[in-house]
Amino acid sequence: MDWQIAGFLAVDGFTSGAIYALLALALVLVFSVTRIILVPLGELMVYAGVTLALLGHDRVPATGALLLAMGVACFALELWEARRGTTPRRLALAAVKFLALPLALLLITRWAAPRALPLPLDMALTTLLIVPMGPMLYRIVFQPMAEASTLVLLIVSVATHFALTGLGLVMFGPEGWSAAPLWDASFDLAGVPLSGQSLAIWASSLLLMLALYLFFSRTLPGKALRAVAVNRLGARLIGVGSAQAGRLTFTLATAIVTACGMLAAPLTALTYDGGFVIALKGFIGAIIGGLVGYPLAAAGALLVGLLEAFASFWASSYKEVIVFTLVLPVLLWRSLASHGRHHDDEEEE
Amino acid sequence: MAAVDRRVLFAFVALVLLLPLLPVPDYWISLLNYIGLSSLVALGLVLLTGIGGLTSFGQAAFVGIGAYSTAYLSTAWGLSPWLGLAVGLAITIVAALIIGAVTLSMSGHYLALATIAWALALYYLFGTLGFLGYHDGLSGIPALTLFGVSLGDARAMYGLIWALVLLALWAARNLLDSRPGRAMRALKRAGMAEAMGVNTVWLKMVMFVLAAVLACTAGWLYAHLQRTVSPSSFGLNYGIEYLFMAVIGGIGHVWGAVLGAGVFSLAKEFLRGQLPALLQLQVNIEMIVFGVLMVLLLQHARTGLWPLLARFFPVPPAAHAPAQAPALPRREKPKAGEPLLEVKGLRKEFGGLTAVDDIDFQLRAGEIVGLIGPNGAGKSTTFNMITGVQAATAGTVRYRGETISGLSARQIVRRGIGRTFQHVKLVPEMTALENVALGAHLRGDYRPQGGVLASMLRLNRAEEAKLLHEAAQQLHRVGLGDCLYQPAASLALGQQRLLEIARALCGDPALLLLDEPAAGLRYREKLELAELLRKLKAEGMSILIVEHDMDFVMNLTDRLVVMEFGRKIAEGSPAEVQRNPAVLEAYLGDAI
Repeated sequence: MDWQIAGFLAVDGFTSGAIYALLALALVLVFSVTRIILVPLGELMVYAGVTLALLGHDRVPATGALLLAMGVACFALELWEARRGTTPRRLALAAVKFLALPLALLLITRWAAPRALPLPLDMALTTLLIVPMGPMLYRIVFQPMAEASTLVLLIVSVATHFALTGLGLVMFGPEGWSAAPLWDASFDLAGVPLSGQSLAIWASSLLLMLALYLFFSRTLPGKALRAVAVNRLGARLIGVGSAQAGRLTFTLATAIVTACGMLAAPLTALTYDGGFVIALKGFIGAIIGGLVGYPLAAAGALLVGLLEAFASFWASSYKEVIVFTLVLPVLLWRSLASHGRHHDDEEEE
Repeated sequence: MAAVDRRVLFAFVALVLLLPLLPVPDYWISLLNYIGLSSLVALGLVLLTGIGGLTSFGQAAFVGIGAYSTAYLSTAWGLSPWLGLAVGLAITIVAALIIGAVTLSMSGHYLALATIAWALALYYLFGTLGFLGYHDGLSGIPALTLFGVSLGDARAMYGLIWALVLLALWAARNLLDSRPGRAMRALKRAGMAEAMGVNTVWLKMVMFVLAAVLACTAGWLYAHLQRTVSPSSFGLNYGIEYLFMAVIGGIGHVWGAVLGAGVFSLAKEFLRGQLPALLQLQVNIEMIVFGVLMVLLLQHARTGLWPLLARFFPVPPAAHAPAQAPALPRREKPKAGEPLLEVKGLRKEFGGLTAVDDIDFQLRAGEIVGLIGPNGAGKSTTFNMITGVQAATAGTVRYRGETISGLSARQIVRRGIGRTFQHVKLVPEMTALENVALGAHLRGDYRPQGGVLASMLRLNRAEEAKLLHEAAQQLHRVGLGDCLYQPAASLALGQQRLLEIARALCGDPALLLLDEPAAGLRYREKLELAELLRKLKAEGMSILIVEHDMDFVMNLTDRLVVMEFGRKIAEGSPAEVQRNPAVLEAYLGDAI
């Protein structure tokens, strides 16, 4: 291998690593606040990527209809809970949030899809379609069982992944979809080709991470989420509800993976079941950070991206095997690092 | 077991085994074969998840190891399928031990995550290795022969598969109804189990290996049933489906595995076969249906289907105390007055806060000593340091001359120190008898953490008789002689506290440590408890009580140690302590 190939692989590794890093941050965020290991973030990422790709191909993405269906389910849950009394204002608000807005988005999508709108508009529409799915998913699946053990939440999370993958197959079919690049340029860095898309991914990742940092250190909702992450009960006592925190966390995490999906869609053809494997690579990064540390998680995810890139050069067919086997030494390291430290075993009563 | 249940069970077993002799269509036999294989895998998950509180999404990978081992050895080398089974099991056990070793000392979800990664890695590996036929896999696998009879057709395989399923169910039920099995059922309360002498990390490992072995065996059967293997049958989605089966059937019951495998497989057949035609669908919607179904089930009916069915076959508790049994060996007890427990300079700091500040006290054999003080005085922290739950910052605890500070809870109970918990920690679904027998975990015939295989094969009857007899005696001793077969959850709090004392007594301790035994008790219950403790003292037991209820300890203890703000402020007989100005101030404030 000469340095030119090494440079090429490094660019490749940092590009996918940046996406894994964002996924890792989203996973750590959700886990630290809600104790949910949100496996279906991978599917939401694919939904975003494929929605953008379909809009780019002037086709109507079925995610608009899915959003409305989820909205109807949320509204039904609200109605069911309202049987013990509610205010008309609350119901009207729920109707607007869960029925009117998704319906409006569905109609806009139908209108906009056949027209070749500029890419930024497609991206805005994709964001509006996918991001609300996060809090809706929390409302439908996780809010009713927020107090369950981490293990039960993980099984539910995997069940949700199953359902969303199946929905992906129904919505997008078995073929892969890729979108037009954000920045269709190409540079030459001392012999190493550098695409505009890679630069766009790096810049967006850095911007998103900076935004997250500012959100958590400078804003009240950000500080509230950190409080919930540290002590759920204590936070509730001072007025930060776990349901609120859950919805906000899911919104943020979905926004991050929506960005991931739209950034990744031009790189590779996204399939209905491809999100899981991509999310898992972010996951390995998150585990390196012990599921709680943000900078370590991001660094771990970058490492996964680099490892994957270099493994594909030396042993291309063993690429996935190497990346997923990496989890064992990483866990061993975590296990040794946590050894001797007192940790509460979750005890179910 | 009552006669009617036995009849139902026999009828079921006979029906299952005789089915292929009846004119049942081949389609159903084949479907039942796959249900049998899935039952084996799901049974492992019932043990792991329902009993042990751990989970694995990677069981399909172990199925794959079982299938590929025999497929490769029998096609490429022409070796016996039985050797294939042995090799498959060996690889499975080593893999499970490695995965378990790196994850089981951490929180439960790490094992689940590791199994996801492991399943994916192995799936890709199967498709990458040339000698395993890449993505096409291996074919031309020979049929099994058993006693010279070829099991080439599905009906013949049916007999072997279901015989193994029934055998595995029998072994699993035997295991759960045994000393190691009761320890496994206590694993979700790991702190309590450790205090009974259970090595929880090792037992979790045993359960993970058992589940993996069941999956591997199913894979071996699968290879010789299907006669061809390819990676696609062992993907992560199958691993997830096995877990779904166990959850649907009832994750807490061995029969739930069979029920879940049956319901899931039939539903899958329907969703793949009839439903698409019925609704004129172009794609499979089974993933959506199963995913949504699982979410609903976990939200609303976490115990699965088996409890609904089990209502029609009420099963009496399996563990029964025999009227007579050889006595368990007892440890040599200290003579009255001999120094038993010496606490010297014991100290605990949390950051800048000193919770326990150089505490000294002694307890002699045959004494009841009370450690009292207002809330936040550091009593519980002192108690936790003596019982090995928390490490001391400085100071020593000596027991019968031996330093025990720094030892784990498990090592401390082994030396003859029994304990109860401030918040009662019982296994609610086990009977009082079974809960108390847990206290005798270290007194079995086998190695403390062993006896698993013997229990599965029911070779442990002598051990069981002795342990259960002892447990019953201890229950009689604390006055719960008529609650032997009631589930612990159905007892009143006062009875549950007595149950905890009986459980501690079952370990044949020389010293009993009681953490606020009177908390939450009604007046009458307190009197009964004091009566029991006096009786135990008369029988020679030494007792240390941590309590903040002054009235309770006043008439009961020989000596009191009073703590406030982490320090010892007084020590002496109850009468002396009652007159001590520092104690009065601590309890009643500056007004005095």
